Amino acid sequence: MSVNQQAHTGPPYGQPQPGYQGYQQPAYGGQPLPGVPQSQYGAYNGPMPGYQQPVPPQGYFPSLGFPSKGSPVSLNSDTSSLAPNFIGSLRAPPTSGAPPPASGASLPSGHLPYSQFGHGDVQNGIPASTAPMQRPPASQPFLPGSAPTPVSQTSTFQQYGHPPASVQQLSNHMAGMTIGSTTASAPPPAGLGYGPPTSVPPVSGSFSATGSGLYTPYTASQGPPPTSVSQGLPLAQPPYPGQPISTQRLPTQVPGFAPPPSSAGIGPSSYPPTTGAPRPPTMPGPPLPGQTVAGPPVSQPNHVSSPPPPSTMSGPHPGPPMSGLHGPPPPPTHPPQPGYQMQQNGSFGQVRGPQPNYGGAYPGTPNYGSQPGPPPPPKRLDPDSIPSPIQVIEDDRSNRGSEPFVTGVRGQVPPLVTTNFLVKDQGNASPRYIRCTSYNIPCTSDMAKQSQVPLAAVIKPLATLPPEETLPYLVDHGESGPVRCNRCKAYMCPFMQFIEGGRRFQCCFCSCVTEVPPHYFQHLDHTGKRVDFYDRPELSLGSYEFLATVDYCKNNKFPSPPAFIFMIDVSYNAMKSGLVRLICEELKSLLDYLPREGNMEESAIRVGFVTYNKVLHFYNVKSSLAQPQMMVVSDVADMFVPLLDGFLVNVNESRTVIASLLDQIPEMFADTRETETVFAPVIQAGLEALKAAECAGKLFIFHTSLPVAEAPGKLKNRDDKKLINTDKEKTLFQPQTSFYNNLAKDCVAQGCCVDLFLFPNQYLDVATLGVVTYQTGGSIYKYAYFQLETDQDRFLNDLRRDVQKEVGFDAVMRVRTSTGIRATDFFGAFYMSNTTDVEMAGLDCDKTITVEFKHDDKLSEDSGALLQCALLYTSCAGQRRLRIHNLSLNCCTQLADLYRNCETDTLINYLAKYAYRGVLSSPVKTVRDALINQCAQILACYRKNCASPSSAGQLILPECMKLLPVYLNCVLKSDVLQPGPEVTTDDRAYIRQLVTSMDVAETNVFFYPRLLPLTKADVDSDSLPAAIRNSEERLSKGDIYLLENGLNIFVWVGVNVQQGLIQNLFGVSSFSQISNALSTLPVLENPFSKKVRSIVDMLQVQRSRYMKLIIVKQEDKLEMLFKHFLVEDKSLSGGASYVDFLCHMHKEIRQLLS
Amino acid sequence: MATYLEFIQQNEERDGVRFSWNVWPSSRLEATRMVVPLACLLTPLKERLDLPPVQYEPVLCSRPTCKAVLNPLCQVDYRAKLWACNFCFQRNQFPPAYAGISEVNQPAELMPQFSTIEYIVQRGPQTPLIFLYVVDTCLEEEDLQALKESLQMSLSLLPADALVGLITFGRMVQVHELSCEGISKSYVFRGTKDLTAKQIQDMLGLSKPAVPIQQGRPLQTPEQPVISSRFLQPVHKIDMNLTDLLGELQRDPWPVTQGNRPLRSTGVALSIAVGLLEGTFPNTGARIMLFTGGPPTQGPGMVVGDELKTPIRSWHDIEKDNARFMKKATKHYETLANRTAANGHCIDIYACALDQTGLLEMKCCANLTGGHMVMGDSFNTSLFKQTFQRVFNKGFNGEFRMAFGASLDVKTSRELKIAGAIGPCVSLNVKGPCVSENELGIGGTSQWKICSLDPSTTLAIYFEVVNQHNAPIPQGGRGAVQFVTQYQHSSTQKRIRVTTIARNWADAQSQLQHIEAAFDQEAAAVLMARLGVYRAESEEGPDVLRWLDRQLIRLCQKFGQYNKDDPNSFRLSESFSLYPQFMFHLRRSPFLQVFNNSPDESSYYRHHFARQDLTQSLIMIQPILYAYSFHGPPEPVLLDSSSILPDRILLMDTFFQIVIYLGETIAQWQKAGYQDMPEYENFKHLLQAPLDDAQEILQTRFPMPRYIHTEHGGSQARFLLSKVNPSQTHNNLYAWGQESGAPILTDDVSLQVFMDHLKKLAVSSAS
Repeated sequence: MSVNQQAHTGPPYGQPQPGYQGYQQPAYGGQPLPGVPQSQYGAYNGPMPGYQQPVPPQGYFPSLGFPSKGSPVSLNSDTSSLAPNFIGSLRAPPTSGAPPPASGASLPSGHLPYSQFGHGDVQNGIPASTAPMQRPPASQPFLPGSAPTPVSQTSTFQQYGHPPASVQQLSNHMAGMTIGSTTASAPPPAGLGYGPPTSVPPVSGSFSATGSGLYTPYTASQGPPPTSVSQGLPLAQPPYPGQPISTQRLPTQVPGFAPPPSSAGIGPSSYPPTTGAPRPPTMPGPPLPGQTVAGPPVSQPNHVSSPPPPSTMSGPHPGPPMSGLHGPPPPPTHPPQPGYQMQQNGSFGQVRGPQPNYGGAYPGTPNYGSQPGPPPPPKRLDPDSIPSPIQVIEDDRSNRGSEPFVTGVRGQVPPLVTTNFLVKDQGNASPRYIRCTSYNIPCTSDMAKQSQVPLAAVIKPLATLPPEETLPYLVDHGESGPVRCNRCKAYMCPFMQFIEGGRRFQCCFCSCVTEVPPHYFQHLDHTGKRVDFYDRPELSLGSYEFLATVDYCKNNKFPSPPAFIFMIDVSYNAMKSGLVRLICEELKSLLDYLPREGNMEESAIRVGFVTYNKVLHFYNVKSSLAQPQMMVVSDVADMFVPLLDGFLVNVNESRTVIASLLDQIPEMFADTRETETVFAPVIQAGLEALKAAECAGKLFIFHTSLPVAEAPGKLKNRDDKKLINTDKEKTLFQPQTSFYNNLAKDCVAQGCCVDLFLFPNQYLDVATLGVVTYQTGGSIYKYAYFQLETDQDRFLNDLRRDVQKEVGFDAVMRVRTSTGIRATDFFGAFYMSNTTDVEMAGLDCDKTITVEFKHDDKLSEDSGALLQCALLYTSCAGQRRLRIHNLSLNCCTQLADLYRNCETDTLINYLAKYAYRGVLSSPVKTVRDALINQCAQILACYRKNCASPSSAGQLILPECMKLLPVYLNCVLKSDVLQPGPEVTTDDRAYIRQLVTSMDVAETNVFFYPRLLPLTKADVDSDSLPAAIRNSEERLSKGDIYLLENGLNIFVWVGVNVQQGLIQNLFGVSSFSQISNALSTLPVLENPFSKKVRSIVDMLQVQRSRYMKLIIVKQEDKLEMLFKHFLVEDKSLSGGASYVDFLCHMHKEIRQLLS
Repeated sequence: MATYLEFIQQNEERDGVRFSWNVWPSSRLEATRMVVPLACLLTPLKERLDLPPVQYEPVLCSRPTCKAVLNPLCQVDYRAKLWACNFCFQRNQFPPAYAGISEVNQPAELMPQFSTIEYIVQRGPQTPLIFLYVVDTCLEEEDLQALKESLQMSLSLLPADALVGLITFGRMVQVHELSCEGISKSYVFRGTKDLTAKQIQDMLGLSKPAVPIQQGRPLQTPEQPVISSRFLQPVHKIDMNLTDLLGELQRDPWPVTQGNRPLRSTGVALSIAVGLLEGTFPNTGARIMLFTGGPPTQGPGMVVGDELKTPIRSWHDIEKDNARFMKKATKHYETLANRTAANGHCIDIYACALDQTGLLEMKCCANLTGGHMVMGDSFNTSLFKQTFQRVFNKGFNGEFRMAFGASLDVKTSRELKIAGAIGPCVSLNVKGPCVSENELGIGGTSQWKICSLDPSTTLAIYFEVVNQHNAPIPQGGRGAVQFVTQYQHSSTQKRIRVTTIARNWADAQSQLQHIEAAFDQEAAAVLMARLGVYRAESEEGPDVLRWLDRQLIRLCQKFGQYNKDDPNSFRLSESFSLYPQFMFHLRRSPFLQVFNNSPDESSYYRHHFARQDLTQSLIMIQPILYAYSFHGPPEPVLLDSSSILPDRILLMDTFFQIVIYLGETIAQWQKAGYQDMPEYENFKHLLQAPLDDAQEILQTRFPMPRYIHTEHGGSQARFLLSKVNPSQTHNNLYAWGQESGAPILTDDVSLQVFMDHLKKLAVSSAS
């Protein structure tokens, strides 16, 4: 089997190509064998690069490069100068001989590109082949020494990147990640190496030719490489890259073994080495006959061999890794051993790490060399050879992070969410507001159905922009209000066509012609543009706001400024934990930071206070009072607001009374013995208060327990884990009673948004309590087993942020589209009373709505497809506004165009939300199967219609979707769809609701957490260390890692971490003294501590919620929890490892194809 | 005859009892022929300067169905230490404490002068009096301010250990917790939802005394019941707090849109007040004092909608069955009143508004519980302020003139049965051998509960002679009645007042003149009036008038001296002579006439009529008119238009109003300012004299009357003109233009015409 990884970015590829080609040749020549061992051993770091380059390049690169995305990328996005040439060249080769090589090479190629990109990526590169790649830079010195000329080296690096691109093109139209079929070509990792070899040579030849041609141009480009090299050097620092790699590998190997058996069940029965023979065919894995032969047995030997010192390693390289990974299912011990050694050696480890990689890749080399020695038949997929999210992210970051993203062009795919980029609005909404699953929509529904690619947009209407970008302009058309199409009511936007000298305009959505109102008339210039085009945001920008007229207001009355009501549970639990005191203290200062509009001096928002247990206490805090007054409402069956005047007050006016109240609340209830609480009446109370005040607003409810007191909305404990995996599991996600649904409806009607802060010590039925929050566009925050010492910071930060963040009220959103498609489905935290309008009582800057579109007619390639998202809302100062986002997309008649313009992150966002909604109505298993099936169909369709013909055994992934399998696997393994035993019902409901309103960036990190090696952080720069893949194999015992997923931050400490580091970070002298009860890192005055803390702070700022910091010591019991987030590994709850899943997907695809 | 008058007066002073007949017809048949029933007006707590209470338990007849109290009418065998019950003839042993009894060493209850005696008994724990203020906040700022001041002032008038509570209401109902410092707390209820007592207690956290929902501070002393202390606190403790709290009371903050009445939840507020006391202090003396400034406009007990365009119901609406809320509201308040009465609490209503406030619907709250009902134009008037202050007046002995939770037990000798009672009481449904099957007023029982009473509270009690005609009572036999009133004295002592009276039987055929001479026409008029008013509450006005007329005619037929069909020969003996005149004025009184009165006013008048003593009742029936002039000392004059002369100042007391009316000449003199000239000082004195007299009345009366000072031709003169007998009207020519008197513009018949008709009918053989 071969897995071709395609690098995302185009430009980088371009460069690599030349390198590649060049490399390949040289590499093939003789480097392979000698190079490999040498490099590995020689200089770990250096060698590595050198090694890889030479070796892998030869076999790998060529092939790899081709399959890799490089080509597609270049085609699509990278229109850079380089591309054209390459493309041409590239394409040619691939078609001809590429396929095989591609397949074989694919793996390496992927790596290669990474490595290149990654100068910085060292780590990323590290993965098997990549590691070598990276090294190159570092290795430069080596290279010269080794075989290739320095130039070649540099070029090689670059080349790699490029070649892949070209190759890819060749192999696939778009991108071709392919995993070779077992029988035919050399399957996976091993196969890569092996399979390719045979085929490769020719390929390489061809490539080289092309490459050479390309070369020259590249050389020019090579220029950059050097720089990259230099970068690479630091990166390459032996210890870091090496270690991680090695460690990872070892573990992976182990997992690899384990998986096979299990995985066998899953899909790819081929895995088990024993069955090796039969499987090979199914699995792309055993590429070569040799494998089959050597397969299991060999692997073992490999292992044996691997344990030995590095030196031995070098030899076995190819074998060990491969075998280790797949082949040697037997002794997990083996792998670890090597791993350890590696680690121990430190630098060695690194080396070794790469070695295994090489080995994996190399299997080919052995072939070349005819070395039977590396008998290790590469059976399994080499984890390093399969598409790496890290690599993709890094590539995109380096390729697209530097230039602003200008939105003027239709159907442009924006950079990944993980990339920092600047947006310039030139007529289309920023991707911060809208992201689509595809920027090129099939013209017909048949095509759409065939591809199964969901057409969806993830919309975050009030997204926060970085300070460098300008907020949407506010357009005031006076009393007449915004200009709109007469028929479809679309708002004036840049795509409206003015005709008849500007007297009329034709709607870009429905084609209806509307008179231009006299006051809006303007002459057209010779191009048909209005003369005032650039003066009017609504004619020139993708996003802008209109000031709404009274017609857009409820009851035809301009709204009053909204209100915030704080509703605090004062039952025994809340009092005992100190929560109430904490809240009251915090509110005293927090109230000065209520959201303000623009440059207003003080917030227009009024505040009110309620406490409750079994009854509700309202407070009159009118400024004229000397003391606040408490009003108890015990008639919870029929809630009402006992006072009008004095309940909602201006903070500044009533400051002293409020302060007095907040001082007294903790005292008043200090002796309470009331344990029962109500819940629905609390919301009702807030709702009634807002009704009485005739304004919209937000309730902040701080709640501790299941509401069992006699009252409407009373709940019973229905938690039952036995329901998991039964048909009734869905009931755990459904509310107990429809009462809350009705309540939510009322809340939405009033514009009453409910934010819920939960502090449960036991089950409190988030699924039910959250209904109102969810449907009103609110947020839920959950602090299980709240303890003042550990959770205080997190809670207060969340509270501060929640109170301060920008929010709109009483919002209605409608998405209009060109004739031909239609918004049909919506996901997110909102309420819908009809099929088109998304109603949200409150909408803050973090809330996202995912909208799915379906065809109801044909689209045309010429006119493309337009989206207009109009959000009518009340600002925090009570101003009624319309925010408009426009986005134009391309339309295609070729499926290839569709696949070339997809955005996997967005796709995953949609799929996750779709699946998470599915669990409400279907058994989880059905949902999971449906997900897998849909993705298989997407990929199968690609394979069938877009990929160049290749062996059925090859897994070919579109460049843009090469991460789909790994991400999808993460979704499938998530707590909602496959809960582990430690996941509570409440957690699942909580996460389900949380994910439903996440944006793409959040889902991305949530499903594929970010894992940063802290010990590799550069204490002198403010950049983050390069992320590594989420697998235990990648962890080194001697390092400290940080993992974050948007909700939690784990700091994982290896058992062998130097004491100095421990001392620096935790202020204790030894590993055993580290307390995992810490919720923050101690503030210590040393560079490492500062760096780590600044990293943590940086991450906290990036996320909408303050993440919980958890210290995990290796081999500690908490590690189980941590491992849960190593999503590329097999999970305890039965989730497949990445490799296994990929195989499974492949199998599914093949079934669909056959 | 003078002797009877004296006898009657003496009896009244001693026992607080006035019978319509002081010699009783000895058979049922004869009694019914007497027309006016055998009945009495009883003032249970009549103030007696010379009645020191005795400090021991009364001695009771041992027969379980009798339990009469030992009294001077009992026959006593001093040697055997036995006494015979004069009601059931049971012979009873004296209790051991009476061992030393003898003819010369009699206990007080055997002495004839102690036919009324009061015992102080020790029963149960003494609980302090409770005053629960229920205050409407939907008032004009001025009114509210005045009310707040009155309430604050009242705190100083309450007994120091009395418990006091505060409920305010408007759109919502707030029960204020008085125990806390710092934040003032109140429990709030929605004004539209009726709650059961249980719910109210649950919501107030009264049902689980062990776990108070919240306590402000550990203030509660252990001996104080925790529950009560939150809402009801001793005055001396929270005097300051409550004063502040009252001071901070704001007008109901809920907006009232143009053209609407404020939403006022009187019904729920009362319900909560009742529920609160019901749960915490059943069967102890408590006053719920409702201060309201308008009609209930929402929730149970609402009387009128909140739209001003729909006026509150009038008599006209009621007759047309057009008062859509009335029945429901009345039912609500009746239920409340009955619950309150069952708990022994009382409800006062202080309604001050220019328009009606729903007294018609709420009247039962005061009527059934013995509470006060006060109606004024505004809380900012002396009428309200002084009246309210007078609630807390103290008697001559320094005790509050109020008593609580009384039960009145009436026992009769065998020839008599009890037909019923009319007054501020509810039936206790105690059936016994002496309870008649025929009901007059609240019947079917021999015991009534009077939740609140004062020294002037007077009940009318109606009897029935059951002795058959053919079973004559032995000559010289006497019938006896015993009234046993147990009550909680304002000092929180439990007391029992026992009044035992006896009257002679007489054979109506042979001794009619005795019976006739012993007729108490004043008492009879009031008793008949109470019956009439009682009927008027449930029957159509005209029917009641017809019934009254028929009774009067029958009485005249029975006791008049006349020749058949010769009206001119008709004469009534002195003891009956005033009776027709009373009936004449009664017919014209606001108790029976609703014309010109709102339903609220009628309810108000009737309320007071049903509880005042005989003197006051007579004033209500026939107002008193005094004339002041240079011709002589002030003198009572006929309540007749002929009494209105230019050179007179008239002072009329209708109980509810005090009218000073300056005759035409006097008024001109006053305008000319003669009173300011030293040489006309006598004129100044003349002007002053009625004012002084009026003041005297104003000072003593409860509720304080409306004080009207007017003159000839003044608009307010209508108060006088509507009361006087219209002997001269624009219709009777001979009086037109004459010097004396003032013509009244009315179609009402005058007394003369009335009497003429009466005579005619009385002598007519047809009827």
